[in-house]
Amino acid sequence: MSLLSDKIGRGEFVITSEIGPPKGTNVEHCLEDAEILRGRVAAINVTDLQSAVMRVGSLAVCRLLVDRGLEPVLQMVCRDRNRISLQSELLSATILGVENVLCLTGDHNTLGDHPTSKPVFDLDSVGLLQAATGLMAGKDMVGNALEGSPRFCLGAVVTPCGEPLDLQLIKMEKKIEAGARFFQTQAVYEPEVFETFMRKVESFRVPVLVGIVLLKSAGMAKFMNANVAGVKVPKPLIDRMAAASKDDRTRVSIEIAGDLIRRMKDMCQGVHIMPLGWDKYVPAVLDAAGM
Amino acid sequence: MLVTEEKDQGEVLARMDGEVRTFLVGCGGCSEGCRTAGLPQLEKWKGILEGAGKQVTGLLMIDFLCNKTLDSIRLLRRKSQVESAESILVFSCGVGVQAVAAVAGKRVHAALNTVSLRGTPGLWRSTERCMECGECVLDWTGGICPIVSCSKSLVNGSCGGPKDGKCEVKPEQDCGWVRIYERLKALGRLGDLKRIIPPRDHKKMSGFLDWRGTRLWAVEQPAGEVARKGSGEGAGR
Repeated sequence: MSLLSDKIGRGEFVITSEIGPPKGTNVEHCLEDAEILRGRVAAINVTDLQSAVMRVGSLAVCRLLVDRGLEPVLQMVCRDRNRISLQSELLSATILGVENVLCLTGDHNTLGDHPTSKPVFDLDSVGLLQAATGLMAGKDMVGNALEGSPRFCLGAVVTPCGEPLDLQLIKMEKKIEAGARFFQTQAVYEPEVFETFMRKVESFRVPVLVGIVLLKSAGMAKFMNANVAGVKVPKPLIDRMAAASKDDRTRVSIEIAGDLIRRMKDMCQGVHIMPLGWDKYVPAVLDAAGM
Repeated sequence: MLVTEEKDQGEVLARMDGEVRTFLVGCGGCSEGCRTAGLPQLEKWKGILEGAGKQVTGLLMIDFLCNKTLDSIRLLRRKSQVESAESILVFSCGVGVQAVAAVAGKRVHAALNTVSLRGTPGLWRSTERCMECGECVLDWTGGICPIVSCSKSLVNGSCGGPKDGKCEVKPEQDCGWVRIYERLKALGRLGDLKRIIPPRDHKKMSGFLDWRGTRLWAVEQPAGEVARKGSGEGAGR
């Protein structure tokens, strides 16, 4: 059983973070990022063609982590593959020793670096979870029996500050019904809003890992406010980043992330840190959060 | 012309579970041409519904349901019948179902699946579009088609993408799922969103097999294709 699955089963507080595979074949830097997280997190998400940008696939890097004794979470999106390929990849994950799978719909391809490509979306995140759950029960999506069935710890995502919240909650319930055992959230910068969300999902009884994205600058915060759905960085945080000198920016960013985790850790069951390339600061963030 | 076929009776009845009174509307355009709408079909369904213990508050044929102005006028003339019904069962392509949903302020049920768009499509398509997916889900989505109005054609709810009610992919376009949410909220039917809609059968998007042997299908084919088929040199070989 994966460490993540084990911790979830025992109701422990779970810390996860993530790395992004390279665009190109030089994987060293990405593996160094993973190495920094060793011993500090239960599992490391490996993003799947994040932001619809062509790069190395998630499963290959997941296997490299397994080889190094690190536990990966395979992220899978529905944008690039149909149901045949998605199910196949799930089986491949199992024979490569990957148990944790995070099922997402995926950013639209027109937002990435190959905007003229054909979007697939044959399944959505709910359908992918159902397919994975079916495979665990020994059947593919059309009911054919499998010769050996996989075991997964399935996760999904939710946007706690998304509007309208009801739509997020209804889909979250569907994901649970389809087999999601844990949730990692979109970035949260508003603990009060998150608290309201957590009260609403309390009855779902599924662990929620609050998403933390490290702020790199005031400009990044403003960009997210203008462009990223369900993410709002409050003005005081933007002001703090803006007031920091260039040399001091990382320290302030770590401090902000640490504060956010401290304020939200008792509301939920874990934290998922998305460093977006700033992986080397994740240990400092966890130190600042007292973890 | 838009080709439609009847949904399975049991499926339609299941979708109307818990409702007693319904009003039937048929399209006198393409659907009548397919013999899936028209007064005989509406009368047949009146019998089926009454047999299932339901009341039909009225029957109405409209030539072309895709025209919302026409729909409004004609439905207004039957105001009391429409208002006393809990829902409207619509016999038309997906464009017509959405057009009725847009003007009626009632829950709609699709009686038909739209399987192909050949020749002249719905005459007044307006903002309602139909992708002829062959598995109409408009019953569950407040009469707004998620296949068309969501950039990813998601059927189980929005992605994480709506920003201030707009689509992340096309910021000038309203998020289809936010529209569906607002419509269902106004109808008091948010519970409809809780159903998990299974992955689609993409075979149905290329025209339904039963239709391929009919004269209606043949006359909508490009000239010569039918003849080639007869000589054993069909397209796609």
